[in-house]
Amino acid sequence: MIPQGANPLKRLPPIMLASVLALALSACATEGTERASSSRAPATGEPYASTYRAYPGVPTALVGATVYDGAGGRIENGTVLFENGALSAIGGPELAVPAGFTRIEGAGKFVTPGIIDIHSHLGDYPSPSVQAHADGNEATDPTTPEVWAEHSVWPQDPGFSRALANGGVTSLMILPGSANLMGGRSVTVKNVPARTVQAMKFPGAPYSLKMACGENPKRVYGGKGRMPSTRMGNFAVWRETWFKAREYADGDRDERDLANETLAGVLDGDILIQHHCYRADEMALVLDMAREMGYKVTAFHHAVESYKIADLLREADVCSAVWADWYGFKMEAYDGIPENAALIHNAGACVVIHSDDANGIQRLNQEAAKAQADGLRMGFDIPDAEVIGWITLNAARAMGIAERTGSLQAGKMADVVLWNGDPLSVYSRPEKVWIDGALLYDAMDRTRRPVSDFELGQPGEGDVK
Amino acid sequence: MSARAHQHRLRRLALRGAAAAFAATLVGHPAQAQDFAITNATVALGDGSEPIPGGTVVVRGGRIAAAGAGVAVPAGVQSIDGQGRWVTPGLFSALTDLGLWDVEAVGESNDTASNSSPFGAALDVSPAINPASQHIQISRAGGVTRASVTGQPGGSIFAGQGALIDLGADNDAVQRRRAFQYVVLGENGGRIAGGSRVAAHALFRNALREALSFGDEGEGAPLTANTREAEIELGDDIPLDPRLVDNERSRGQDVLLTRFDAAALVPVVSGRQPLYVGVDRASDILSVLALREEFPNLRLVLVGAAEGWLVAQEIAASGVPVITEPLVDLPSRFEQLGATQSNMGRMVDAGVKVAIGGFSGDNQPRYAPQQAGNLVALGRVPGASGLTWGEALAAITSIPAEISGMAGANGALAGVLAPGALGDVVIWDGDPLELGSTPVQVFIDGIDQPLQNHQTRLRERYRTPQEGALPKAYEW
Repeated sequence: MIPQGANPLKRLPPIMLASVLALALSACATEGTERASSSRAPATGEPYASTYRAYPGVPTALVGATVYDGAGGRIENGTVLFENGALSAIGGPELAVPAGFTRIEGAGKFVTPGIIDIHSHLGDYPSPSVQAHADGNEATDPTTPEVWAEHSVWPQDPGFSRALANGGVTSLMILPGSANLMGGRSVTVKNVPARTVQAMKFPGAPYSLKMACGENPKRVYGGKGRMPSTRMGNFAVWRETWFKAREYADGDRDERDLANETLAGVLDGDILIQHHCYRADEMALVLDMAREMGYKVTAFHHAVESYKIADLLREADVCSAVWADWYGFKMEAYDGIPENAALIHNAGACVVIHSDDANGIQRLNQEAAKAQADGLRMGFDIPDAEVIGWITLNAARAMGIAERTGSLQAGKMADVVLWNGDPLSVYSRPEKVWIDGALLYDAMDRTRRPVSDFELGQPGEGDVK
Repeated sequence: MSARAHQHRLRRLALRGAAAAFAATLVGHPAQAQDFAITNATVALGDGSEPIPGGTVVVRGGRIAAAGAGVAVPAGVQSIDGQGRWVTPGLFSALTDLGLWDVEAVGESNDTASNSSPFGAALDVSPAINPASQHIQISRAGGVTRASVTGQPGGSIFAGQGALIDLGADNDAVQRRRAFQYVVLGENGGRIAGGSRVAAHALFRNALREALSFGDEGEGAPLTANTREAEIELGDDIPLDPRLVDNERSRGQDVLLTRFDAAALVPVVSGRQPLYVGVDRASDILSVLALREEFPNLRLVLVGAAEGWLVAQEIAASGVPVITEPLVDLPSRFEQLGATQSNMGRMVDAGVKVAIGGFSGDNQPRYAPQQAGNLVALGRVPGASGLTWGEALAAITSIPAEISGMAGANGALAGVLAPGALGDVVIWDGDPLELGSTPVQVFIDGIDQPLQNHQTRLRERYRTPQEGALPKAYEW
């Protein structure tokens, strides 16, 4: 950032900033996409339920492109068919294009599943990032499992459109920030422009609880003269809170208790854990805490030291959601190395490349490519098709939506990106993006470029951005 | 097979042994400039031209002797077979915080902002720059060989005086002290100055007027042994103003600036020292350009200019160059409502000299090639304005060097493979703007540089995470 621009929100408390969230839980576990929130939530119907419906599309055939299916497969001269919002067939040139399908020639181009960001604050820390928009950290108590990120999401955040057009992002998880040990529930959305957050919510996606290790909680609350002010304080508050949640969960649950309903949902296995944690030693302690309390960590987010314990993470079946090469911005990021993702992958553990950033979300493909190249330089030759999985299927798994999206498989949502070149090259951009089979971005057609309310009548309205 | 996949495969082959061969040829005397030539390489000069296949670069006496196609290797000069790899000038990073922090958020280690200092314009980053910081070492491994370094505005709209450094592995990083002054006049400037742009402009104009009168007063000031101007190192250094040391001169009637700050602005107002001005909004840019009506000697450089494309013709007509972050495309502040990744391409098309820069915090100098590559990609997006490959490389080599004052005057030519330029050369294992490419060898002033650092040591220690017979702490 050019120094004149220091955004007080982002810079002052590095905590409250974008780089703060996330963790997740289902680490490569593929379950429960249909269950929403605690199974024992009150029987008044799902509150704030998704009202998202797929937008209209036409039966479409992408023909002749190189296809990465997100699950590690690569097809040259591939054919991808979708209709009625769902993928219907994926194959090679032998796959016939049915009558009535719009045929799009993809020679020289590439097709991937829609890109998925497991760690975003879009909408909760929207642009413009003024104090009045800082809705991502309920930094008034170290444990706030009762807050829900969706209640802060501003659907008019122009960042959603950038993620779509420049990044090919079709689904994302929006998390509370990392000021708190337990920051609240995340929300998973389809990256569709909408008037309401309910109209973005990914139908049936499980909730996650955002937790945060280390420097941020102890700084925020230590600075207020409150517990925790140390890492040992972090764990003490967590454990006390979990023991009380267990008591609640084992009781009759008759009385409404928003915080404990979220925590009981975790103990029930319905709500995933996305745990912001940088240091290897702290991640190992968190794994023991999860064992002690009887829940599972789905993913560690940021996890710049996962490479030091990649074997432990593999054994615990926990994903690491990481940047390609961020380091040095805070003490617990001092040992970040660009080979992190490749070392985790090489050890057989699950890698997700995440953004935690309104700019980074526009280039997850590029970040994955850099992480791949850094691995190659130390001798780990990870195929392109597997690297695409870091920003598609692995993310979907750790968000609990892998049965619905994240790979090109018949029956899944038709979330698809047509790239104008190899997505692992700096010279490529999304050319077309479909969400549930609807063409919602087309670089060749400016009418398929979303413009948020905020940008209407402003300089550069409808520009390529 | 895509071009990238092809390059990927080439590199895989090259990895097996070629790097070792390279290292063996030149590592002999790490602190000595050697005469050498690199042949059989794709040579990109950094001057905006397209890469030259089968090119040669000759370095003698720490300077570029020749570069391009059909260049003969002089007798007696050691020749390195480039094996089809790419050779560029070292990257020049404009406006960085290199050497000013160890950990950005650890205040004790971070010298970028001086929030509680009574000084502003007088602040001089030079003595604080640490050539041994990991930030410099990691950037060097990314192909960055030279940079400008600036503080950030803290207690004053004037961030102080920046320096030019090289990233060589020695104790002599600072090559030019007080190379420029940096001031902010947009939203951030308004906040610091007292709550508005109005306050920032009043403060700024008053400061320059005080410097003007201070400068007049200083004419003919008696120079003693202690107040003599500093030795000129690169020809156009900004010497210490004599009044920064004790003398008998009075200060006049002004009240706002300390003596140090007023003296520091004398070379700005006289035009001897460039003034970098941070602004983003189109109207703020025009207000800055208009300052030259009142202070005609100002040598302005615009920093940021996220909405520069909206006033590109005016900037071009002024001849003022720009240092920008090219991928800013969000209205993250109201002064950036028009932000677009096409900003830089549109300004360049209008004739503005634009460098990629503003590398501080998370936006680190090693990302410059990726940013440049993205601008090439834009050229294929209908309605967008990007750069050619040659322009993109120049935006991270010769153009930032030129804007920073290393365009050749007084023998200081950097960022380009041209005869007489400083011998900063990077050999890459592929297209330097591509995501998978990395420097395999870096020369600064003709000296082969080490590319190891904290990160590379950690990487090797944890190649396998399991501990052996003894803990990891014994593996070093």
